[in-house]
Amino acid sequence: MSEASSVAELATAVRNGTRSASEVLEAHLAEIDESEPSIHAFNLVTGDEARRQAAAVDAVVASGGDPGLLAGVPVALKDNLCTRGIPTTCSSRILEGWLPPYDATVVTRLREAGAVMVGKTNMDEFAMGSSTETSATGPTRNPCDLSRVPGGSSGGSAAAVAAGFAPLALGSDTGGSIRQPAALCGVVGMKPTYGTVSRYGLVAFASSLDQIGPFAGSVADAALCFDVIGGHDEADSTSLNRPSPRLLSVIDDGVEGMTIGVLTEFLDGADPVIAERTRMAAEALASAGARVEEVSVPEVALALSAYYLIAPAEASSNLARYDGVRFGLRVDAEDTVAMNTATRSAGFGAEVKRRIMLGTYALSAGYMDAYYGKALRVRTLIIEGFSRAYQRCDVLLGPTTPTTAFPLGAKVGDPMTMYLSDVCTIPTNLAGHPAISVPFGTDDGGLPVGVQLLAPALAESTLVRVAAVVEAAAPGWTGTRGVGS
Amino acid sequence: MTEHPGRITREDVAHVARLARLRLTDDELDLYTGQLGVILDHAADVASLDLDGVAPTAHAMAVTNVLRSDTPRPGLDRDEVLAAAPEVEQHRFRVPRILGEAP
Amino acid sequence: MDRYQGGGVVTEGWELVIGLEVHCELRTETKLFCGCRNLFGDEPNSNVCPVCLGLPGSLPVLNQRAVELAMAIGTALHCDIRPSTFHRKNYFYPDQAKDYQISQYDEPINVDGWLDLPDGFRVRVERAHLEEDTGKTTHAGASGRIHGADYSLVDYNRSGVPLVEIVSAPDMRTAVQARAYATELRAILIASGASDGKMEEGSMRVDANVSVRRSTDATFGTRCEIKNLNSVRSLGRAIDYEAQRQVALLESGGVVEQQTRHWDEGTGRTETLRSKEEAYDYRYFREPDLVPVVPDAEWKAAVADTLGLMPAQRRARLVELLSGGNGAGGNDGDGDGDGELRVDQIATVVDLGLDDLVVGAVAAGVPATLALARTANEAATDAEAARRLDGSSYVALLTLEASGSLSATQAKVVLGDLLLAGGGDPAMLAKEKGFEAMSADSLVETVGQAVAAEPDAWARYCDGEDKLAQVFVGKVMKATRGQANGKAVVAELQRLRG
Ligand SMILES: [Mg+2]
Ligand SMILES: [Zn+2]
Repeated sequence: MSEASSVAELATAVRNGTRSASEVLEAHLAEIDESEPSIHAFNLVTGDEARRQAAAVDAVVASGGDPGLLAGVPVALKDNLCTRGIPTTCSSRILEGWLPPYDATVVTRLREAGAVMVGKTNMDEFAMGSSTETSATGPTRNPCDLSRVPGGSSGGSAAAVAAGFAPLALGSDTGGSIRQPAALCGVVGMKPTYGTVSRYGLVAFASSLDQIGPFAGSVADAALCFDVIGGHDEADSTSLNRPSPRLLSVIDDGVEGMTIGVLTEFLDGADPVIAERTRMAAEALASAGARVEEVSVPEVALALSAYYLIAPAEASSNLARYDGVRFGLRVDAEDTVAMNTATRSAGFGAEVKRRIMLGTYALSAGYMDAYYGKALRVRTLIIEGFSRAYQRCDVLLGPTTPTTAFPLGAKVGDPMTMYLSDVCTIPTNLAGHPAISVPFGTDDGGLPVGVQLLAPALAESTLVRVAAVVEAAAPGWTGTRGVGS
Repeated sequence: MTEHPGRITREDVAHVARLARLRLTDDELDLYTGQLGVILDHAADVASLDLDGVAPTAHAMAVTNVLRSDTPRPGLDRDEVLAAAPEVEQHRFRVPRILGEAP
Repeated sequence: MDRYQGGGVVTEGWELVIGLEVHCELRTETKLFCGCRNLFGDEPNSNVCPVCLGLPGSLPVLNQRAVELAMAIGTALHCDIRPSTFHRKNYFYPDQAKDYQISQYDEPINVDGWLDLPDGFRVRVERAHLEEDTGKTTHAGASGRIHGADYSLVDYNRSGVPLVEIVSAPDMRTAVQARAYATELRAILIASGASDGKMEEGSMRVDANVSVRRSTDATFGTRCEIKNLNSVRSLGRAIDYEAQRQVALLESGGVVEQQTRHWDEGTGRTETLRSKEEAYDYRYFREPDLVPVVPDAEWKAAVADTLGLMPAQRRARLVELLSGGNGAGGNDGDGDGDGELRVDQIATVVDLGLDDLVVGAVAAGVPATLALARTANEAATDAEAARRLDGSSYVALLTLEASGSLSATQAKVVLGDLLLAGGGDPAMLAKEKGFEAMSADSLVETVGQAVAAEPDAWARYCDGEDKLAQVFVGKVMKATRGQANGKAVVAELQRLRG
């Protein structure tokens, strides 16, 4: 192996004492110093905190202890994950200066596994967006092409991994916010089954859809990260209480005997080069021993509309608490209603306001049944459509995005066009299923293309097995992507 | 069953903005009325469906009876809680005049 | 007692229609959705966490005990206990941490029950659902009220405290019935262990929906909701005031507007709380952070098993004892046999949760009328102490009185000491007080002297005028300065009469 290695190897080296966590961290901080100014992946680089954590890991190693599965692995956290005493802004003015008094469950689990938190990554404000351009701190740029967006809403986390700032990052995926930026930045991004990773401490966007997941340089790294952050949590009532599989142990089991369905609805709307890459991935799976067939789930055509009713509806309620009373921004006014209104009007950006109003409308008297109520029924149809496909197929394959990374500013003025960039990722969120985006070559201009694999609820093991085969067949894959320096 | 609600009006947008405690300028009202109209037009494919026989799905994963034992756990340090507040008096969160009772 | 008095006066030709919504705080250790203590009298904002402060990223987890107390209430109110879900009720208010309330909406845990008033009138209970309480706001300014305050202060200790909201059907027709309903419901909530029922402290809060209609009308009139009723007495007064107000309005050609009104105890009037201009649109939708609660038969049975007897059953049990149903009671000649008095005594004893004292004493051989009278008249004066009283010392005391070893006056004094001490040996306490029982010999002698002093009365007594016994009892008591036992005197008189 070259110096670039997998996260598991890196952690092993730190646990063995062959590399120190501090040295690994400094290498990454140097990378951040170098390139962060042109990328703006972070809202905050937590160098001092990271140095303390790395030193603590090294101390554990020195004393003969085991610092954990992610010993000394630098991790970047999306800025909607609560970190005790460390600003958590959701890239919104309304949370400026807020220091959460508690850690998200995933943050605790990463720390307990010896990971070192290097910073809080930029995102679309409250995760509402597909390009990281709705951030109050300004856009993140795609490390592959600084004139283009990294995708969103977890654009900062995707960019951080792509730029080598950290071998792992966490994002949240409500309608594709992990997979879409992963595809656009050329890294692996995984959305686990709803309920497998605790949402406690994830600032809610749309509670029935939000799920935390990893960004990584490889499927194996993402699998290891999932192994660490997943599992039941009493603090989240929707957290599933079941033995969590160790994905890393099954990842090399191959696809022999599996049936892979190529999802025609996703192919139809994609750019030709992306459709072409997807077909290549299908061929690779066939040569690895899987049966590949085309499959149609016509209900997914309704997903975008249903999503843009359900997610804003939940968001309108989730974002009510930003009222200027207990934390965050307050803009003073003569009475409480005026203060709430002034605070929210000044604190939220345009996209957030748009979605709050859309969601409020979808839930309001007279429109509830036609909009929100119908959308919940469409959700049932989508689940039924997928379950029909999964009677024949183990995993579904399609593009992650209809296009590769688009130029900064290209879609900001036209919300509907922006929303369409999530058309391939949204159906999975509505169903609660897991999915993963794997880099698969580039377009003619050298921009990364991602292919997406979808699996039934709780079939993460199957998903990563297939993803590993796709990854290995990807043009330009060297098996050493990921940890730099 | 399948009637599609009328196009969202400027008054509708003003109403939801009030419900959501957002203040919009006249220009913003126009802009949002147009944008929300486009999005809701797209949603007409869903709004116009006849789905009377289809059950709604609020949760993707069907789980029931997730309960916690009635055992006290330590809460937050009060000073830390109040330090985050925009305005505090007598260890309470201070808010400007309240115009009406809670509904 | 005035528990069934008050109001009920509606102008001729009009009918009053009343439905009550009762919010009751559950007696849990922790809040509904977090592990913070359910104690809101503490220092402000000292029992709070990310969940009950509504901090970003926090999530609710349902308290099992709260669910079980809600099921207990449902069982006691004969409700159907059903699979239930939680919704968000969206509205902005500073005491509401998340700016939405988690409440049960179209699928409440308890539906379709009833409550029988002591007179047998049945009030239907539409639902009894779980929801969370808000924080507490204090208003800075001269009035202490919301109007005219310059600013307000919020304490979230009460935020997230579990509530059950019990909604009656609009079945009541008089303030008397409304008061009886509130009183009986309160007793049920206390008996089921769900609540302490303290209206004055806000742990039981009653809102009344009141409307009037002409006796000939088939449909209900427009109703007003009255809030801030913090005693059963206020409830009755407020309903009567509101009924008169509405009748007067309608008779003068006006219309009743649907309003929320506030009862002002000082002025004895209801006042409108807010104009109707802002109609609330709560945008209820399923709470995505919680999952359904689906009680199975086994769980329901386990909850039902923990329920003790409800007040109606407990009253019936005392009636049974007094009628001598178990052979331990019977009329011993002490009471005057007045049925109404007994009904009141039974109601008092059950309301105060002292009926177990009566039952225990009767089981130990104390006459039922004596046990009931001492409990309703004396023990009830300090019900809290009486509920803590060691039952065996109570039995010992009443046995001393019943046997004539202590007079009624002496027994009452000793009972006062027992209540103060929480128990003790009544014989010892009596001795310390110098309450030596009169010896049988000296009693016979004193009775003989009394008979000799009143020959006319004695003759008439011998002819069957039983109530003249009281003349001799009075003389004996006077002579012994209360040391004699009335029953023993009567027994001696009967013996002398032959
Ligand atoms: Mg309520
Ligand atoms: Zn709490």
